[in-house]
Amino acid sequence: MSDFLQFSVTGITIGSIYAIVALGFVTIYSVTKVINMAQGEFVMLGGMIMFTFLGIGLNYWLSFLLTILAVMAIGWVMEKAIIQPTKGADPISLIILTIGAAIFIRGVASMIWGKGQVRVPAFTSNEPISIGPATITPQSIWVVLIMLFIVLLLYILIDRTMIGKAFQACSVNPMAARLMGISPARMSSFSFTLSAVLGAIAGLAIAPIMFPAYDTGLMLGIKGFSAAILGGLGSAPGAVLGGLIIGLLESFGAGYISSGLKDAVAFTAILVILLIRPSGILGERNVGKGGL
Amino acid sequence: MSKENMIIEIEDLSVSYGPIQALRNVSLDVKKGEIVVLLGANGAGKTTLLQTISGLLKPDSGSINYLGEEIVGLSAEKIVSKQLIHVPEHRQVFSTLTVMENLELGSYHHYKKSGKQAIEEEIKKVFELFPILEERKEQLAGTLSGGQQQMLAIARGVMANPKLLLLDEPTLGLAPIVAQEVLGLVADLRNKFDTTVLLIEQNVVSSLNIADRGYVISHGEIVKKGSARELLNDKEIKEAYLGQSV
Repeated sequence: MSDFLQFSVTGITIGSIYAIVALGFVTIYSVTKVINMAQGEFVMLGGMIMFTFLGIGLNYWLSFLLTILAVMAIGWVMEKAIIQPTKGADPISLIILTIGAAIFIRGVASMIWGKGQVRVPAFTSNEPISIGPATITPQSIWVVLIMLFIVLLLYILIDRTMIGKAFQACSVNPMAARLMGISPARMSSFSFTLSAVLGAIAGLAIAPIMFPAYDTGLMLGIKGFSAAILGGLGSAPGAVLGGLIIGLLESFGAGYISSGLKDAVAFTAILVILLIRPSGILGERNVGKGGL
Repeated sequence: MSKENMIIEIEDLSVSYGPIQALRNVSLDVKKGEIVVLLGANGAGKTTLLQTISGLLKPDSGSINYLGEEIVGLSAEKIVSKQLIHVPEHRQVFSTLTVMENLELGSYHHYKKSGKQAIEEEIKKVFELFPILEERKEQLAGTLSGGQQQMLAIARGVMANPKLLLLDEPTLGLAPIVAQEVLGLVADLRNKFDTTVLLIEQNVVSSLNIADRGYVISHGEIVKKGSARELLNDKEIKEAYLGQSV
């Protein structure tokens, strides 16, 4: 029983991170139909840039803020540099471009920070808290709270504001969106910037737990992407659900079977779920008679 | 008519898709409060003309003067903000959004300026003209019938406060009785909202019945123009489009 609780706590923590990464995928996908393969790199940059700012002696929360701004700028530049100039290219070509961007960012990161892991202190004291038989680090609680906060914020943005509706309009019918005065180019830029922020926050939250290195983004990106697919690509609640499921599967796989097999257990389960429900758990609404 | 009443004046507009010329020296004008219909067969260049006016296509040469200002070269988004609104062919509603959300998006270019309350009043006015949309306001647009989607597309255009509304074949694919209803609503729009309309149609008689003036386009050139009455009585039009031998 105590094992079960402990594995659950670990699974929910890591699952929350996957959920935030997945939300980054969903944000860009829902506007542009592009899968941004550099999403994991945004997460890595969040941890690494924080490490650098702290290294030059800046205050913790100032570094936190500057890190978000820096990654946000990188996301904005990336969209301007590789997505805007190829306006009108089909999503597959754009996805390949984002893979290129990911490799580039990883390469630059290894030159700046080397190949080793870096250490970033936790948000608050790192004294573990005992809840019954399980122990939780305060950082885990932060991770979950941040995830919930982001979900709420995204929900309000997408479902309750005009800009969110414009997001959806661009993905359903970019031409009609232009005729309403919505600029799909601007929305694309906004979605990349926003998901860079999400990536940075995920990176900041996870850095004290998993010590990032230049290649951390690769696995986090794959896991986040799997979470987004599992939940039903394009669905924000699905992304969260997908993230938590993968996190828990991994944690139980590592705990009850073997830590060497944790990724195998998670990915096997994803395969099985997708075989049963190919559109993901909360797949996109499919409506007939739409547009054309 | 005096210049002040001129909404749009197109002169010598030529447009091509690569080596293929789609419009050749097209000139056309619409005055305030008018319904002008542009008639022509498939492939004559009707949609090309509307897409050029709304900034989706760039012309090779010619000018489009809208409310005294040259708009050739402006982006589609910029042209929308000048209240020149294009309701595209095939309806193009946002199928996975609700009817209400579609209408709200219609007001996208001015919702900040106008404020929430003004938009809500606007929606109320639109519902008076299109009561079926009020009944279905929470429904996803993709689940509406073809005629209802067309009404939604027009209503969404009206939400943008158009000074000139471009309608691209609003009766395409609709049953004749529904087509009549939609054209009747276009006439109401002018009568109740004072909206000026440039309409593309293949439905010759029905559209000339609600229009003030008309143009006929063929192979990218304007081949005929005149008042709706003149065109209705035109021998060639009767022969070419109505299959009546005179």
